[in-house]
Amino acid sequence: MKVLVPVKRVLDYNVKPRVKADGTGVDLANVKMSMNPFDEIAVEEAIRLKEKGVATEIVVVSIGEQKAQETLRTALAMGADRAILITAEGPVEPLGVAKLLAKVAEEEQPGLIILGKQAIDDDNNQTGQMLGALLGWGQGTFASKVEVSGDSVDVTREVDGGLETVKLKTPAIVTTDLRLNEPRYASLPNIMKAKSKPLAAKTPADYGVDVTPRLSVVKVEEPAKRTAGVKVADVDELVGKLKALGVVA
Amino acid sequence: MSVLVWVEHDNASVKDATLAAVTAAGKLGDVVALVAGSGAQAAADAAAKIAGVSKVLLADDAAYANALAENVAPLIADLMVGYDAFVAPATTTGKNIAPRVAALLDVMQISEVIGIDGDQFTRPIYAGNAIATVTSSDAKKVLTVRGTAFDKAATEGGSASVETVSGTGDKGLSSFVGAEIAKSERPELTSAKIIVSGGRALGSGEQFHALIDPLADKLGAAVGASRAAVDAGYAPNDYQVGQTGKIVAPEVYVAVGISGAIQHLAGMKDSKTIIAINKDEDAPIFQVADIGLVGDLFKVVPELTEKL
Repeated sequence: MKVLVPVKRVLDYNVKPRVKADGTGVDLANVKMSMNPFDEIAVEEAIRLKEKGVATEIVVVSIGEQKAQETLRTALAMGADRAILITAEGPVEPLGVAKLLAKVAEEEQPGLIILGKQAIDDDNNQTGQMLGALLGWGQGTFASKVEVSGDSVDVTREVDGGLETVKLKTPAIVTTDLRLNEPRYASLPNIMKAKSKPLAAKTPADYGVDVTPRLSVVKVEEPAKRTAGVKVADVDELVGKLKALGVVA
Repeated sequence: MSVLVWVEHDNASVKDATLAAVTAAGKLGDVVALVAGSGAQAAADAAAKIAGVSKVLLADDAAYANALAENVAPLIADLMVGYDAFVAPATTTGKNIAPRVAALLDVMQISEVIGIDGDQFTRPIYAGNAIATVTSSDAKKVLTVRGTAFDKAATEGGSASVETVSGTGDKGLSSFVGAEIAKSERPELTSAKIIVSGGRALGSGEQFHALIDPLADKLGAAVGASRAAVDAGYAPNDYQVGQTGKIVAPEVYVAVGISGAIQHLAGMKDSKTIIAINKDEDAPIFQVADIGLVGDLFKVVPELTEKL
């Protein structure tokens, strides 16, 4: 079974985002960019499926600027087999991404598509579900456990009150939550080897997909700031404050 | 404009997150509530009493029992012929279903909306480190809305009619196997008035429960945890407050041994009063706390629990 894993290049999760002074977005000039952490978990899960003999080939795909090639090379160094880079001018929204991925899936015929549940830049949490709708496949979102058996996959999902398990007919969509696994680091030899793994270059036009955004950004602002309050000296003073708040009698 | 709202329910009653979604939807137009489930008449009756709901649609079918997105999304997409917008609470259920509806309608969803002003929607991006204001060129809108950002509609006062609808039923793509839902006497995290959250400084699962639980019980509070505490195995994942967990905004949030990583602050900074207990006086949590106590939590928390 082939596994398709889409990955996104985003602002590194350790970098504090800064809103641009002109209010048009977040400043991405000269800052560290990395693979979206949820996508790293998706790549890792695909590799584990391959190590278990369930997956036969892992194809990673990224949609974005030319530099997304670095993100794909990272995935190849982790253990993916080949990559597809669909270069697009400007941001592509989840709906456009899902449409492109649906075309890639038609060509590649994967048994599973594993995606991060959300990208940590736009926090949309949409692409996997949209892709499920476009392909008419089942979706196991926010996965903390994935078990493939025969022509179905059991996905344990992180839901508000705890966990829920669904059985999906394959081919199917899985989106990853944090506890699914801990992604490996790529070793130096594997980073070197990844440089010679195949990477196909495409554009949205190659797939006949219109990725014109539907949303327009009016402005991007800093959130309202909270200001630090008072420090109390001891528990008695804290109890006094809580009483004043009416929290305790 | 007419708006279809996804009702989150347990067949008998309507969950709180729905009430905020009704308020948000009311800013767009006339609110019609959709109750999809199996044996959900009581939930439909409860939805009909919510102030601001003009009609309830009840889709009662075994295929809708566990809100499987594969079955529910086509039902909603078909119903959307008669509506201009679809609004779902940004719960795990809403987030699972709404994008599938959006794609079926060829619409770009607007996620985790925290403000609606005319045709402009505001939503947090980058874990709440920036707030984007967007407009949509799509003819129909699909939104998920953050429960903490909108007032809850009153559960009484409405007298909507309940109309039965049917959909295409089971698509045969997925089935529900089971659930492990934590049972707790404590209030639900996302609707609790008071939350006591523990961080990694508690050192172990045993100490987490030994210190946090009694304090929460004394205050009638829900128990939360930082991602660090969850990752360390001190608390289950459904306790997690933060960007990758639950977004909460209680009256009082007590952060115990939580340093205040950006990802945690993203989940609780809209709380009315934040109280922080931490031994490190330079911890970032004190920059957002209204009341801070610098001290050893292993001494302070039992003393606080005893004195309350």
